Amino acid sequence: MDFRLEEHIEAFREEVREFVDERMSEELEERIYRTGVSHDDDFTGGMAERGWYAAGWPEEWGGAGHDPLEIMAMREELHRRDAPTYSIGTTMMAAKAIMHSGNEELKREILPKALRGEVIIVLGFSEPEAGSDVANAQTRAVRDGDEWVINGSKMFTTNAHIADYVFLLTRSNPDVPKHKGLTTFLVPLKQPGIEVQAVFTLSGERTNITYYTDVRVEDRWRIGEVDGGWRVMTGSLQDEHSGGFGVRLGRLLTEAEDWAREATDDDDEPRIDDPDVRERLARCATEVEVSLLLHRRAAWMFREGMVPEAEGPMNKLFSSEAMERAAQDLCEMVGPDALRSYFDPTAPRGGRIEYALRFSIGTTIYAGTSEIQRNIIASRGLGLPR
Amino acid sequence: VDLRFTDEQQQLIDTFGALYAKQATPERVRAAEPLGFDKALWDQVHEMGVIAMAVDEAAGGWGASPEDLALIAEQQGRAVAPVPVIEAQVAARLLARLGDESSSAALAAALAGERLVTVALHPGRDGRAGLVPAAAVADDAIVLDGDQLLLVPLEGARLAVENLGSMPVADVTIPADAEVLASGPSAAGALDAAVDDFLFLTAAALVGVGARALELGIAYVKERKAWGVPIGSFQSVAHRLADSATALDGARLLAYEAAWAVDEEPARAAELAAMAFVFAYESARDATYRSLHYHGGYGFMMEYDIQLYFRRARAWANVYGEPRKVYRRVADKRYGATGEAG
Repeated sequence: MDFRLEEHIEAFREEVREFVDERMSEELEERIYRTGVSHDDDFTGGMAERGWYAAGWPEEWGGAGHDPLEIMAMREELHRRDAPTYSIGTTMMAAKAIMHSGNEELKREILPKALRGEVIIVLGFSEPEAGSDVANAQTRAVRDGDEWVINGSKMFTTNAHIADYVFLLTRSNPDVPKHKGLTTFLVPLKQPGIEVQAVFTLSGERTNITYYTDVRVEDRWRIGEVDGGWRVMTGSLQDEHSGGFGVRLGRLLTEAEDWAREATDDDDEPRIDDPDVRERLARCATEVEVSLLLHRRAAWMFREGMVPEAEGPMNKLFSSEAMERAAQDLCEMVGPDALRSYFDPTAPRGGRIEYALRFSIGTTIYAGTSEIQRNIIASRGLGLPR
Repeated sequence: VDLRFTDEQQQLIDTFGALYAKQATPERVRAAEPLGFDKALWDQVHEMGVIAMAVDEAAGGWGASPEDLALIAEQQGRAVAPVPVIEAQVAARLLARLGDESSSAALAAALAGERLVTVALHPGRDGRAGLVPAAAVADDAIVLDGDQLLLVPLEGARLAVENLGSMPVADVTIPADAEVLASGPSAAGALDAAVDDFLFLTAAALVGVGARALELGIAYVKERKAWGVPIGSFQSVAHRLADSATALDGARLLAYEAAWAVDEEPARAAELAAMAFVFAYESARDATYRSLHYHGGYGFMMEYDIQLYFRRARAWANVYGEPRKVYRRVADKRYGATGEAG
């Protein structure tokens, strides 16, 4: 056994870290937070220039061919500074679906632009009445000659107000079992019939609800077979489930440790000498270690050609719930001062602990709720009947 | 990163897994209660070299890696096998590190199987060391008393204590004339290093306890029906088992990492050992509770095996300390002792 990351991984990590340090400023971090829009053209442009949009894609697809552990290290460095990469993730999920299932014309038109960071694609899966049960999507697509007419609405289409396309899951056939009547499209957003309405979230992030009224798209924008949308979508989601929050948790821990070294109690003793503070920090540090290990294992399995069917969900489940536990616990540890808001000049550690509490709440909801992750672990990992 | 076992490690797992499956059956485990010691099995594992593996060739052993020892401990945990392997390995490693004449003599006797030597995890108080692991069946215990590390012959100096986990623990009276193995700061340092060994090995054992208990629970909820369906199909049951599977996978990775770090990342080894121990304990504690609970009334019956695991998960860990104490040890290793980190 060897738990050390190989030299080529550490070298790549260093390269990413230098890039992130150079591009991420305190001002940018504050602007992202204040606007709620986790996107910056200069940052994503720099990522594209370096070939990091498709860092993990094979070279014959125009990717950089980095191995899964290098990708993990890259994401760790991006997460460490909360870099604005959300649009890259969604764009590349759609690009992957087009690569696997799109027609040749769509591939030629979209993929080069996606890899160069010239287009933003957002995700239109969830609906007001279909979240975890995403196959229950009701947004209708009705064929009309060589076109489709789309009516419905989508929730949490983050970045839709700055994006070019939405990767849309629609109901093309209401008369068959729900998984068998779905079709996916790449829909240009800048056209009549599409309305984007802002939705603000607890973490400060702006997302959107998008409405589609008699939107017409040519059949050439279809991705995959008619009624074959379920497979197209789940294929693109595979990677999303491998996300972990170990590094963000680690950053929270570092903030809390720095606070404990700086702050003093009524007797002027440093808080880090308080046994209660030490227990809380040590518990968080232990869960950081476990989170990083679970992520490392899932990435290692990918590299070795194994499919981490239950191990990927374990990584997401554990690290997101650890994030929530730690954020709650460390806020309580800091006490009243933890209430001072992110970027308020009076807040300890810039208010990052307060921010972590709000940020953490979403982590067990998006990209598959904890309940969905547990369902997958129970059925595929433990073989329990459904 | 490489999370595969070597061929030799796989062989070790298979060998000890098969041995315990055959020689530490639930019947044998029960037969050894309440003392918690199976002499025939102990002779067998000693013969297989569990003590020799724990110390370097220079000290007369075979020099197996800390990972190898952790893998053996995990198999012991899976069977809740009634043999004090970890205690004897920790004591042997402690004697090997001391390396002086009296320690070497004690180690030689332990390697030869003439004496079973164990170690008290906590310093003695008022001439007495409480709940010393394996002391009910060992010949000698290494005990820190004041600033002296002593080799205490146990014959006539122990009182075996019946306990929750059916462990062969005893309260030990420290005689005035015990042999001194070390004194001064090096004595306390030697015990501290022994505790590190105990923590990473017991972490691996607790992973085995928890993992096997989880298997028993899963098998039961797949079979047992209520309202015409297997109870494992209920999310309230399935989800908590999924949580335990996740925690135990994390605990296993952390225990292996702690073992690996002993030689490969010594600066973090002590911190990781304490982390691994406390996380494995909490994971095994919860897994044994859940698996027992999902057995319904049967889980409460002595006849079902799950209770063997429930009791040992708690006892094997708490004989050293409860979680908050261990988290404070993690903090001591991570930040330095109180007063050093501010």
